[in-house]
Amino acid sequence: MESFFSRFKNQLVLIVILLVQTIALAVQVRRPVEPGHPDAESVRLLRYWASSLMTPAERISTGFGHSVRGGWSSYVGLRNVRAENEALKKQIAEMRLQQAAISEDALEGQRLQKLLDFREHYVASTIAAQVIGTSGSEQSRMLTLNKGYEDGLKTDMAVITPDGIVGKLRLVFPHSSELLLVNDPTSGAGVILESTRIRAILHGSANGRVQITNLTQDSRIKPGEKVITSGGDQVFPRGLAVGVIESIVPDPEHQPYTLITLKPAANLFQLEEVLVITGTQPNLPGDAQQQLAADAEKHAADVSAERLPSIHDGPATEADPSKPTDETAPPANNSTDLVPKPKPALHPDRYSPGTAAPAAELTPGSPRPATDAPAVEPVRKTPVAPETPKEP
Amino acid sequence: MQTHSYTSRRELETYHFHPMVAALVPLAFLLLQAFLPKIFPRLLILDLPLVAVIFFAVARRSPIAGTITGTVIGLLQDALTHQPIGVNGIAKAIIGYAASSIGVQVDVENLTTRILMNFVLSWVQSLLLFLIFRYLLGLRDTHLVWLHELVRASLNTAVAIPVFLLLDRVKLRE
Repeated sequence: MESFFSRFKNQLVLIVILLVQTIALAVQVRRPVEPGHPDAESVRLLRYWASSLMTPAERISTGFGHSVRGGWSSYVGLRNVRAENEALKKQIAEMRLQQAAISEDALEGQRLQKLLDFREHYVASTIAAQVIGTSGSEQSRMLTLNKGYEDGLKTDMAVITPDGIVGKLRLVFPHSSELLLVNDPTSGAGVILESTRIRAILHGSANGRVQITNLTQDSRIKPGEKVITSGGDQVFPRGLAVGVIESIVPDPEHQPYTLITLKPAANLFQLEEVLVITGTQPNLPGDAQQQLAADAEKHAADVSAERLPSIHDGPATEADPSKPTDETAPPANNSTDLVPKPKPALHPDRYSPGTAAPAAELTPGSPRPATDAPAVEPVRKTPVAPETPKEP
Repeated sequence: MQTHSYTSRRELETYHFHPMVAALVPLAFLLLQAFLPKIFPRLLILDLPLVAVIFFAVARRSPIAGTITGTVIGLLQDALTHQPIGVNGIAKAIIGYAASSIGVQVDVENLTTRILMNFVLSWVQSLLLFLIFRYLLGLRDTHLVWLHELVRASLNTAVAIPVFLLLDRVKLRE
């Protein structure tokens, strides 16, 4: 027996190690995934130790890289700063014009949403984080961020860039966190095709592409169509850019479904800084609302100016005597007579406009004040035929 | 005439390493593997921890040491990903065992042997990972792209050769 163990000890050690790891794999795979706890506590601890081992060095390397690049770009940047400043000013002016147009659309959208009682979630607060490392594996599209729960991050928070969505936080450690990219095979997000409004589920592929595989052939879906988040996954707020459709081909393994490949809006392969969405709210943020209100006021004034040209044009819009007069037509000035007055009643009664005293002069319980209108007899409680009010 | 038997070369060419080297070199390779793709995303195709496993397993010429080295480096690599712990652990344990088994039978100081060994073991690891993903984890969508794995094996070999030459300097003869 002793000779057996000594003779085959190398193979036995290998078998034991493989067996232990295979059992550990089976236990991890069989474990039900709970929201916010993708790993068992022991596995999480192991990942935390590995992360703690790597993160300090990654921080130093990233910091050094940024210093070098920062120094160089500052030098180069100074040389072109004037031209760049002019270009930026021009860009700001263009963006202001775009913003004015967009704010009108937003206003209209908000009105429609109120009508439909639709609950929208806007990004309320974000935390900027720096990418300091990767998983180092093609099978695991994951990045390490330099911020953790000490900075207010939590598991399953959405991560974006100004261009579009990036992924969500999978594990959050005290001073670092792991970001699972949307192009990872285990990642997913609820999306809408912008023009056709078709809902779909997006996920990553083994080769790092972003794909939709749950849609059947539809002639309305075409390459170039924009894809945005639907908000249905409870991770990404609605309306964030995801990407554009790059190709649509039949899925050979899952007929009759199609394989729709997207070009992500954010460059998932070269991320330096990202924004972690730490809070959403049902309304637009305060400053955005103020801006929107100001825009709405301006928009209303513009509309008034367009529809009531006499405000500004004055004599040019005076009534043409040759045209027939219409008493019901709205007056052409911006006075208190803007609201057209009704025609006088042929047979005035207590319901006619102007016959009742103003509400401020009435006292609860006091007798009805005398008016020019004739008195109306109270309705009798006996079941008799109703009398018509007497004519004056 | 002097002949090199199994035992004699093993006794002659077994190396060990300073504990700091044995600990820091694999860690440095893991760090580079995690950091370099941030700057050059295409470098994800490399597997520097595999190079470390092959080098240490071959130099120590002990299948048990090779298996343990592979397991530890593989588990650390797994801990940096979101995959279940053990995927790389299993693959690299087998690679460590195979590399050290080869080391006791052929002259691994030879350049041609090193090139062949690194290329074949890199390719074998890709095959092992595919089998683990496909059959142990049940990920049916996993495919083995032969050309991609060929490129990976070639690049790993291209990196391994100068790295081996560099690490030869830190070997201590027993």
